[in-house]
Amino acid sequence: MFEWIHLSVPPAPAMFAQLLVGLINGAFYAMLSLGLAVIFGLLNIINFAHGAQYMLGAFCAWFLLNALGLGYWPALILAPIIVGAAGIAIERVLLRHIYGLDHLYGLLLTFGLALIIEGVFRQQYGSSGQPYAIPPELQGGRNLGFMFLPNYRAWVIIASLAVCLGTWYTIERTRLGAYLRAATENPVLVQAFGINVPRMITLTYGAGVALAALAGVMAAPIYQVSPLMGSNIIITVFAVVVIGGMGSILGAIVSGFALGLVEGLTKVFYPEASSTVIFVIMALVLLVKPAGFFGRAR
Amino acid sequence: MGESGRWDRILTVILVAAALVAPLVLYPVFLMEALCFALFACAFNLLIGYVGLLSFGHAAFLGSASYITAHTVKVWGFPPELGILAGTAVAALLGAGFGWLAIRRQGIYFAMITLALAQMVYFVALQARFTGGEDGIQAIPRGHLFGFIDLNDTLTMYYFVLAVFLVGFGVIVRTIHSPFGQVMKAIRENEPRAVSLGYDADRYKLLAFILSAGLSGLAGSVKSLVFQLASLTDVQWTMSGEVVLMTLVGGLGTVLGPVVGAFLLVGMQHYLAQLGSWVTVVQGFIFVFCVLVFRRGIVGVIASYAAGRRKAPGSSSAASPPAERPTEVRAAAGPGGS
Amino acid sequence: MKLAAIFGFTTLLVSGATASAQMSGDVVKIGVLNDMSGLYADITGPGSAEAARMAIADFGGSINGKNIELISADHQNKPDVGSAIANQWFGNDGVDAIVDVPTSSVALAVQEVARNKSKVFLISGAAASDLTGKACSPTSIHWTYDTVALANGTGSAVVKAGGDTWFFITADYAFGHALERDTAKVVEETGGKVLGKVRAPLNTADFSSFLLQAQASKAKIIGLANAGGDTINSIKQAAEFGIVEGGQKLAGLLVFISDIHSLGLQTANGLQLTEAFYWDQNDATRAWSKRFFDRMKRQPTMVQAGVYGAITHYLAAIKATGSDDGPTVVKQMKATPVNDFMTKNGKIREDGTLVRDMYLFEVKKPSESKGAWDYYKQIAVIPGEEAFKLPGPNQCPLVKG
Repeated sequence: MFEWIHLSVPPAPAMFAQLLVGLINGAFYAMLSLGLAVIFGLLNIINFAHGAQYMLGAFCAWFLLNALGLGYWPALILAPIIVGAAGIAIERVLLRHIYGLDHLYGLLLTFGLALIIEGVFRQQYGSSGQPYAIPPELQGGRNLGFMFLPNYRAWVIIASLAVCLGTWYTIERTRLGAYLRAATENPVLVQAFGINVPRMITLTYGAGVALAALAGVMAAPIYQVSPLMGSNIIITVFAVVVIGGMGSILGAIVSGFALGLVEGLTKVFYPEASSTVIFVIMALVLLVKPAGFFGRAR
Repeated sequence: MGESGRWDRILTVILVAAALVAPLVLYPVFLMEALCFALFACAFNLLIGYVGLLSFGHAAFLGSASYITAHTVKVWGFPPELGILAGTAVAALLGAGFGWLAIRRQGIYFAMITLALAQMVYFVALQARFTGGEDGIQAIPRGHLFGFIDLNDTLTMYYFVLAVFLVGFGVIVRTIHSPFGQVMKAIRENEPRAVSLGYDADRYKLLAFILSAGLSGLAGSVKSLVFQLASLTDVQWTMSGEVVLMTLVGGLGTVLGPVVGAFLLVGMQHYLAQLGSWVTVVQGFIFVFCVLVFRRGIVGVIASYAAGRRKAPGSSSAASPPAERPTEVRAAAGPGGS
Repeated sequence: MKLAAIFGFTTLLVSGATASAQMSGDVVKIGVLNDMSGLYADITGPGSAEAARMAIADFGGSINGKNIELISADHQNKPDVGSAIANQWFGNDGVDAIVDVPTSSVALAVQEVARNKSKVFLISGAAASDLTGKACSPTSIHWTYDTVALANGTGSAVVKAGGDTWFFITADYAFGHALERDTAKVVEETGGKVLGKVRAPLNTADFSSFLLQAQASKAKIIGLANAGGDTINSIKQAAEFGIVEGGQKLAGLLVFISDIHSLGLQTANGLQLTEAFYWDQNDATRAWSKRFFDRMKRQPTMVQAGVYGAITHYLAAIKATGSDDGPTVVKQMKATPVNDFMTKNGKIREDGTLVRDMYLFEVKKPSESKGAWDYYKQIAVIPGEEAFKLPGPNQCPLVKG
């Protein structure tokens, strides 16, 4: 079982290439776990439907292109809005009823939602995946010396960093963010101050879902637009959130990128284990510091 | 005991009699599959319904036991009863390991640890040579039970599976009604209070975990002999999700709930098999429905209704047998989640 | 408690009634078992069921007065589901033959059941050569292709054309390993060299790390020992990272025309692959494929065409022998050469393999294609004897004697 550990370290340029590629994957983990952390931190709901919503974002982009002729750039804005609106509807109709219950019911409810969404899409589209091309402005790449970096992947890192930092700033440094954080601590008091707490919560869920959909649109040109794309990634993203700290925004961002790096390194030294290494780390973190690296004990 | 006790005995006789003649009416392989899953769900329910711990990694016990039994019977030539014992023992050991690690945390963190550990078991199952990867271990001989009972005959195998199920179910029922079971329920209701009364909560939780894991292993071992196949499906996290669904639908914390849930879900998978992905959609709807409206599950709702009917003016609601009072999962009590 | 139990018992009855025993009449019943909604649905799926229907209709719908019936089911790529369905079909529902079954792990499980019950198993979708090797069965025919043919086809033809250094990206499961092993052997025997390999977990979304390793190895050929979504992903991302522009070529070891359709010619052009059939090869293939296209709105894959051929040959054997007993019919099938729109002078070996010609194709550039589905140019024909030549002595117990 261990004979495939490559004990030879690749030369430095190749290592940089692998780390960069790992970082790019980490960008997707960061965006997705950011959405999850926002939703858990502010709503106390473990949104298992996050993977399905990521998939919806990718399919929305594909649909916009094939049915309405709208390309990648409009889709970047429209898909999150559309899927976010669907998220708001879900919150209004379903999630509202279970806020007082144990976390686990939220998990089970959203798990059921994920099954429904994925089942319907699988029935309609099969599992092969639909093609979605990289937008012409971002095609091609640049030779960095140690590797050939496709332009699109460079864009992914820049865009996701911008999104993550923007979200973190909004929540931690603006007044709106302060209201949100206060509302989770003590919704009754905040409501008494005249702030419409239920509407804030609804919009927050919508924002978290929109983040997932945005990640989906960005994934569409390079991964497969397939109904299975969500379920393949969801438990990895969960592990990332747990490691970073379940309610912590900064934790989600940092662990997302960091774990992308770790996964990238594992692909060099022990590739078969690259999809399991995150769970090993999660188990260790849970045993040593269950609140995660950046989380606060709740 | 009194009246409700007599009804219980009559019901048990009726159900067992029905189970004895069922293969003449229904397809025996379907019945055996449903019985295995029913045992699995009952074992899972022991942990969630009576101790209040939601484990997301129970597939690890089902699957590892099925692989061990498959390997010992096919490659080492064990007779079926020893193969099943080996599988169950390994599952219980694994349960001891998982439990020891996971008990330290509560609520969602407990669930996440069990999930992570189960994923590691999945990885081992995928990589280890003896499990055969995605081919699984195939063509497992059923052999002769105790040397002379030929399990290759479907009807004989069915009665064997039924016997194993009844034994496992009996163990669970005895545990629930025993003093040990009462302490478990006390821990579920209010752990700090149980601790203050002098009970070592962690030890009880660990014992319950081992019991649950061992019985899940028993279900997995028998299943591998029924289908003569041990595959990766049994160790995947989606299998852990299925057993949660079965127990939820049937009724958490009820005795018969998991059995009903298991039969319903296995039946549904057979019936809807030609509809392909719609099975997933239907399962999703059932999850959503159960969480929103039907948290007590089928048996739970019926038991509450029956308890309500039986409640004469003046008598307390304790008239319904404690084992049937359905549970809801409690929010983590006390400061912090750890 | 009692109400609960009564309700529970009723549930048992209701749920079980759907699985109750059914009796079959005096019919020839064929079951198409494959992946209807998952990863391989486009390669086999409902298309195979349609091809089966075409075969039965073309045969006249009945043999010597017995009706021919068709049922189909989805095995979801899981050996336990496949095995359970096979058990129910053979043991309970009077099915005489199971056809197709992609995903080798499921095919192996179904073959076990078919062997125990002495029923016919016509394999079109699965690839593992073990099905006619170690695990061979007297009532199975491996109709369309197997890993040996793919290895001999792509492996030796590519090496002979100049691609003599290889790096493998392998899907980390038993089938991927087998494909890599068979192809590596052929590559080395033909005079090539394997410079390295990397094993990617199944359902990896991102192959960039593995592609970078392949680039670093400077091998002329990057062999993709994977299937389905993994193959599509690796080809797509190879295009992104400029692998082909950089001078390396991709060799897909298990690629179907439906995969190329998913990828598009822009991404997949230049890929070399081995298949047993292409809709645009000659007039006969074009005629049959047009009928298929009118029904399915997609061109047939070799698996779907194989299902048609296998069932036609099976029904002819039943007619000739007057019996639908498994071993008898299979013996007749092995004794008769295969000639249809897809296969010329095919011969079924004792171990169950249909020895047929295979073809090496290269994917056209967008400028070379006249429209949808016009994807392949044929590079070489690999005669049957060469394609299905085993690397060592035949492992099948039926042949070893």
